[in-house]
Amino acid sequence: MTTLHVNGRAYQVAVEDDTPLLWVLRDTLGLTGTKYGCGIAQCGACTVMIDGTATRSCQVPVDSVGNADIRTIDAIEEDPVGRKVVEAWVAAQVPQCGYCQSGQVMAATALLKQTPQPSDGDIADAMTNLCRCGTYNRVAAAIRQAAG
Amino acid sequence: MDRLLTAAPITLKDPLDLRSEARSAVALMTPDGVSNLSRRAFLGFGASALVLGALLPPMPVRAQTAAAAAAVKPGSRIPAFLVIGKDNGVTLLSPFVEGGQGINTGLAQIVGEELDVNPARFTVDCAPPGPDYAVINGLRMTGGSFSTRSSYPLMRRLGATARDMMIRAAAAKLKVKPESLTTEDGVVLHAASGKRLSYGELAPVALALPPRDDVALRDPASFRYIRQPVARLDVRAKSTGKAVYAIDQKLEGMLYAAVQHAPNQGTTVQSIANEAAVAAMPGVHSVHKLPGAVAVAADSWWRARKAMETLSVAWTAPAATGLDTVATDYASDGMLAALKSSSGAGLPAESEGDVAAAFAKAAANGAKVIEAEYDAPYLVHGQLEPPSSMARFNPDGTLELWAPNQMPELFQSVAAQAAGLAPEKVILHSPMLGGFFGRHFLYGSANPFLQAIQLAKATGRPVKMLWSREEEFRMDALRPLSHSRFRAALGADGRPTAIQARTVGEGPLGRWFGAVFKDPVDSSAVEGITEKPYAIPNRRMEYVKFPHPVTIAFWRSVGHSMNDFFYEGFLDEIADAGGQDPFALRMELLKDKPRHAKLLETVAAMSGGWKRGPYEVNGTRRARGVSMASPFGSETATIAEVSVQGGETQVHNIWVAFDPGSIVNPAIVKSQVESAVALGLSATLFEELVYKDGVRQSHNFDDYPILSRRSMPAVHVEIVESGAPMGGVGEPGLPGVPPAVVNAVAALTGRHIRSLPLAKTRIGV
Repeated sequence: MTTLHVNGRAYQVAVEDDTPLLWVLRDTLGLTGTKYGCGIAQCGACTVMIDGTATRSCQVPVDSVGNADIRTIDAIEEDPVGRKVVEAWVAAQVPQCGYCQSGQVMAATALLKQTPQPSDGDIADAMTNLCRCGTYNRVAAAIRQAAG
Repeated sequence: MDRLLTAAPITLKDPLDLRSEARSAVALMTPDGVSNLSRRAFLGFGASALVLGALLPPMPVRAQTAAAAAAVKPGSRIPAFLVIGKDNGVTLLSPFVEGGQGINTGLAQIVGEELDVNPARFTVDCAPPGPDYAVINGLRMTGGSFSTRSSYPLMRRLGATARDMMIRAAAAKLKVKPESLTTEDGVVLHAASGKRLSYGELAPVALALPPRDDVALRDPASFRYIRQPVARLDVRAKSTGKAVYAIDQKLEGMLYAAVQHAPNQGTTVQSIANEAAVAAMPGVHSVHKLPGAVAVAADSWWRARKAMETLSVAWTAPAATGLDTVATDYASDGMLAALKSSSGAGLPAESEGDVAAAFAKAAANGAKVIEAEYDAPYLVHGQLEPPSSMARFNPDGTLELWAPNQMPELFQSVAAQAAGLAPEKVILHSPMLGGFFGRHFLYGSANPFLQAIQLAKATGRPVKMLWSREEEFRMDALRPLSHSRFRAALGADGRPTAIQARTVGEGPLGRWFGAVFKDPVDSSAVEGITEKPYAIPNRRMEYVKFPHPVTIAFWRSVGHSMNDFFYEGFLDEIADAGGQDPFALRMELLKDKPRHAKLLETVAAMSGGWKRGPYEVNGTRRARGVSMASPFGSETATIAEVSVQGGETQVHNIWVAFDPGSIVNPAIVKSQVESAVALGLSATLFEELVYKDGVRQSHNFDDYPILSRRSMPAVHVEIVESGAPMGGVGEPGLPGVPPAVVNAVAALTGRHIRSLPLAKTRIGV
């Protein structure tokens, strides 16, 4: 049994130690807002915050998480910065197919928590998530708007 | 471990055979004999062509025949489309599937405009299979940038007819004349008495009334929702992780399945060395041999995947050589060489004037003749949601299926054949798509739903089959590799007097719908080379069919995704050879085409006036390229601004003037053009799926790079509504991008790149 702290709740999960956090979130806990895109930390669709840092959960073995505070898109609106990001995403009409946007919103929230007024360079460095619909410019615009 | 299954317990044909299955299924769907129409006549786009939607009503004879056969006139039965609850919420059952293109919002605008309900109060779901939804001239699909343009008049009429039913029901209830009633956002008003009845209250009676077929439509001058940038209905759910895709769905008692396909397409399982050991791994339910694949069902997908990767499988050997199958020595560069050296006779795809005489005259006069060969590679779709499907056999004998798809009735039909059921016994759900770009048509072994059905049958449990990204790279149907050879003769004034092209390859339309569209010239292979607007008096465009052994696909903008690059790239070569500025040459060749000329002027103005360059910006040399395209009934003019840094092309700006005739939602149109630009640029700069030794050389996004933020230019879109018949929106922004970028590189370097992607060519400045 492993204990995970996800969105402020503790969960007991019985999975192999090397199971990626992504699959524990999705299949064991039913938190399907976090997406599987590539499984090799290239695309960022699986981004969650672990102790406030944007992390690609497909490459995080569940036994490496310990007591860390895991935050997922499913509870994003409980976070004041996350709420601002979501409102900016809606205002800028960012998503198209939407599949990558869970990860984009998580990465943007983590960025704004650490750097409330990010420069274009900060955005470029932090927002490496792939989007096949090419919403990159709107993502950046929404981050600037959320930063106020 | 409950049990071990080593033999396929139901007889499914090899998925490769489904090519013919799909053809017969399509034929079944078209009882009116659509199969003898050319694609152009059937799908009807372009200024001079049949515009489908405008024919409704009155229904065209052909569709009436179809309707008589099916006993249902698509779009006529209001309750098949509208569910209005007591809470006055409106649910629209859509013929189309939402995959990012914004069709759900657009339909809510169109229906809401006439129904008099704010689109924000709509819920839009993809309708189940059924004859009511065959709104594209008797066919149902989401593709070809057809959804809005094919259904716009029908959806308006649907909304207006339903509103009239609400008014008549209210008139009966209030015992007043219908003329004394008005509506306001889902409420019928009787001004004289001040009485109000909501659509929700009226719906049970109203929607049962016989619909009138002569209800007046709203005057477009009074539109409140159509042509407005109405917010998308799905944006908040997609920004908070609440949107549900196929991959997110779960059934009670479900098993998760992972699959490993044969490394060489067309081969299959010979033996599994460690089947019993794998079957004993944690959570594993069973191991399965499938046509061309092995699969593991388990209690979680990760366990299924680990077990699947542990399987030690011996596969049958592919053919040693040849192009009939994906042979051991199959290679994409070998395929390209075969296309180039083909001596097959060309079928005329477009003929005008006398090309032979024009070239003879050029030779006699010593005029310039230029030639060039262009090619473009195989591409994957790379939609970010990996394919999955869920299947469940219900106690009542039905098969319930959740499968990403762009043609529900076709998938239902093929699923029924595979499971040995009547089509009506297959309940198909069509989930929201995490991107598609053409990925979810029926492509034989490239769709996972048949595997889900087979495993559900074998295990007696509901099954979700999910392909890993690596399996998706192995199995995705590909944008075909293609090749065209061009030749042009120039007059003394430097303008082209004749152009000819020979395109060798295969298009997805002929591959997958060959039984329906019998034209020997596959329009999906030559579109973008034919029907260019330029006044070149002598033209001969030929097509040579050369089948690919690999699974080929529709890919956003289909043949246009490469052919406009070929043609417009060569047109810049003509301009250079004739000493003409490429923009001025296009203007000259379009002087009798006011719609195109205006678009070209518009894009020039958007970019601050045409300048080819090179010129300096912040210490870097930049240049611009221009292109035009006429995809899917719309027109585009595109300008790209590039620099070259360290041998790599950097694109700074892309301007697109876009004329789809008329529009429904300007914000969604702009988003779609931005998105198409990004995908077009990704293909221009980076993308190439290489075959070598019979296998694909890319496995995931680490060895198949796609456009990232680092390479995203500023994109500027201006919509021009010429009033021409409504064209497509989702795809047309793409085809102008590759040639505009390549032409800009030529302006900067003097070198015309004729083979994509640019990443494989080191470009000097």
